[in-house]
Amino acid sequence: MAKSVFSNVQAGLPIAVFQLTIDYKADTSPLKVNLGVGAYRTDDGVPWVLPVVRQVEEQMAADRSLDHEYLPISGLQDFTSGAVRMILGDDSPAIVQNRALGFQALSGTGAIRLGADFIHKHLNGNVAYVPVPTWPNHYGIFQKAVQYKEVRTYRYWRAESRDLDFEGMAEDIKAAPEGAVIILHACAHNPTGVDLTTDQWKKIAEIVQERKLLPFFDCAYIGFATGDVEKDSWAVRYFVSKGIEFFAAQSFSKSFGLYNERVGNLAVVMNNADYKNRIKSQLELIARAMWSNPPNHGARIVGTVLNNPALYKQWQGHIKEMSSRVFSMREMLYQHLKSLGTPGTWNHIVDQIGMFTFTGLGPKQVQGLRNRHHIYCLSTGRINMCALTTKNVEHVAKAIHDVVTTITED
Amino acid sequence: MALSCAGNILKDNMMRCVPVASRASSWWSGVEMGPPDAILGVTEAFKKDSNPQKMNLGVGAYRSDEGKPFVLPSVRKAEEIMMAANHDKEYLPITGLADFTKAAAALAFGENSEAISNKLNITSQAISGTGALRVGANFLQRYFPGNNQVFLPTPSWGNHTPIFTHAGLKLGAYRYYDKNTCGFDKAGCLEDISKIPEGSVILLHACAHNPTGVDPKPEDWKELSQLVKSKKLFPFFDMAYQGFASGDIDRDAQAVRQFLKDGHQIMLAQSFSKNMGLYGERAGAFTIVCESEEEMKRVESQVKITIRPLYSNPPIHGARIAATILNTPDLRTQWLGDVKFMADRIINMRKMLADNLKKEGSTHDWSHVTDQIGMFCFTGLTPEQVERITKEFSVYLTKDGRISVAGISSANNSYLAHAIHQVTK
Repeated sequence: MAKSVFSNVQAGLPIAVFQLTIDYKADTSPLKVNLGVGAYRTDDGVPWVLPVVRQVEEQMAADRSLDHEYLPISGLQDFTSGAVRMILGDDSPAIVQNRALGFQALSGTGAIRLGADFIHKHLNGNVAYVPVPTWPNHYGIFQKAVQYKEVRTYRYWRAESRDLDFEGMAEDIKAAPEGAVIILHACAHNPTGVDLTTDQWKKIAEIVQERKLLPFFDCAYIGFATGDVEKDSWAVRYFVSKGIEFFAAQSFSKSFGLYNERVGNLAVVMNNADYKNRIKSQLELIARAMWSNPPNHGARIVGTVLNNPALYKQWQGHIKEMSSRVFSMREMLYQHLKSLGTPGTWNHIVDQIGMFTFTGLGPKQVQGLRNRHHIYCLSTGRINMCALTTKNVEHVAKAIHDVVTTITED
Repeated sequence: MALSCAGNILKDNMMRCVPVASRASSWWSGVEMGPPDAILGVTEAFKKDSNPQKMNLGVGAYRSDEGKPFVLPSVRKAEEIMMAANHDKEYLPITGLADFTKAAAALAFGENSEAISNKLNITSQAISGTGALRVGANFLQRYFPGNNQVFLPTPSWGNHTPIFTHAGLKLGAYRYYDKNTCGFDKAGCLEDISKIPEGSVILLHACAHNPTGVDPKPEDWKELSQLVKSKKLFPFFDMAYQGFASGDIDRDAQAVRQFLKDGHQIMLAQSFSKNMGLYGERAGAFTIVCESEEEMKRVESQVKITIRPLYSNPPIHGARIAATILNTPDLRTQWLGDVKFMADRIINMRKMLADNLKKEGSTHDWSHVTDQIGMFCFTGLTPEQVERITKEFSVYLTKDGRISVAGISSANNSYLAHAIHQVTK
């Protein structure tokens, strides 16, 4: 055997979005702006722990009756039931008829992974569809980790007009084989910020039913996108109303600002309550071999808020505040670009929704942003709107103007 | 209930589908009910029992002498410090909180570890012991150049099998527990290990073997280390009870440190669930000891890639508690006292139980009760005796005769002795 067991291990490529932050931290320029990782920032450019979260944490710390015992494999009951009610609505027929299952997971990633594994193992899932573009970890999970036979794409972002290619999307999904998993971003599409209209969702639901496809909603921004939970979960609830069975991976990272506590829920909607226990028991077996049982702290915080009307109201105020700030930054950036006369169309900045904007900048222009202006963003041209502030938005606008007018992508 | 032909995906989920338990078939028709979890089953049955003298000796979580969950004083203190510090909630790096992983590695390998000072170890935060094992398993499946078969001691923790199986590894076994002596089957163990194919992975419980409580002696570990080396096997240590076993963190890490001294490149899964009582916060660490710093960097990059599609980055709370304790001198001292306190209570309960069994007039040899170490004791009770003790005395334990000593108190110790004597005399 070779001298070391690992002598043949190659260096892996760093994960782009995290590498960006590493590079940004190393930059000493006072003008630097990190438009990379998706985390909310205040207008002072700093992280924000939601006041209701702090409040609940203090309550928890003072409560001597709380301990650190193992949660059940499926997680904290109060949390998972609250999470399911949040996404489907309190009076959802799926909930009333006991056809909705909630299973705690390690944030959105963990929920997607759990669902992907379950579908692969128990529903013969081997073909998954993702939009172009999508969150890269969708590939990591379905293709590399769980090893579905095929991860196919459906058209989504139309670069020329910087909007949704709905006809392409519908056509591609219509061509999917029966049983294919269709990953759908419930709202605030990552990375483009371009969402479907309600009419377009209706069409997709129709196709899903016609073609007997299995929808898997990625719900990382419910409440964060518009500040209104009901609005942001419209698509998911509509699918319930049509009797469609599906999976939904819920992340509470952004909506509760609990990024590092890894709070997530996998919601499964079925058309017969009899399946619930079976599905749960199989999810337990998968989760047991991954992490045994999920972390307590963050779920306890969210569970407390979701089940307390006064705290819930407070939280609604916070998501309104966050989403409003994002909207105003979109508006500001757009206005600056307009007044600078930056060539191209920029209304997509205000039309898009959620944390991110797909600027339409190319990799060379992105490089120029970094090299000339110390502005860091992904080479896809995705920028985190939360990182814009009233203090830096002009600098960013001017930088965009500069690279657009002086650097061409070929 | 309408179950159409099993395995048929969604025959009729058409426009007319009405979301009521209906005649429509479903995706799920082929989904079978998973086998119930044996240990949880014990707790379920226990809860339903109305006998005031009932005892739950199933789940492996420490209980105070009053039978209650125990939040360590050092943990409470650390949490107070954390609240006052007003930390933000930003994402951790994939490999977790650096203050935690550094301290975890030093705890396992010793403050003067050469491996650490030479930067040979990549230590990543993990979702407790399970998560560390799973990352290791996934990593082995992808990058291990040897034989992708993991050899487990017989018996081993029930979850080892699904963890390695789900990661795509084959399993094998080596003898470990001697049910005639309720002790270590040294000869059988060495014989089986010597037959393991070269380049295979061997899983070793660092201390307080679960479920038997039987540990090799230090001299045995030296022999094991030499044998594993000569057979060119890859050691994967599972250390879930450092400090909790003997009350002494250095003593409990001896096996791991012996292997490092002997030049093995080991993998290590560490849990802080028991020794810090952080069960539900999932504090753990995963380590690979590499040959050089350069190799460590390559391996680290692949460990990150292994973690990303599982959960992206780890939960901070438990890790920060652990880091605060390990890195704050007087908290660390307090914690060492807390751990010794828990370990001593367990050791006392063992002694008391052995004494009480003698008092009951039992003629069996119960020395294994005090010889074994850690949370669990393999009593030697047969499945029939287990069934009897549950039925007649409301004492709940797993079919293999394993009891969680943590579930025994000074108040119910004699009752347990009485019950055991009745079913074994």
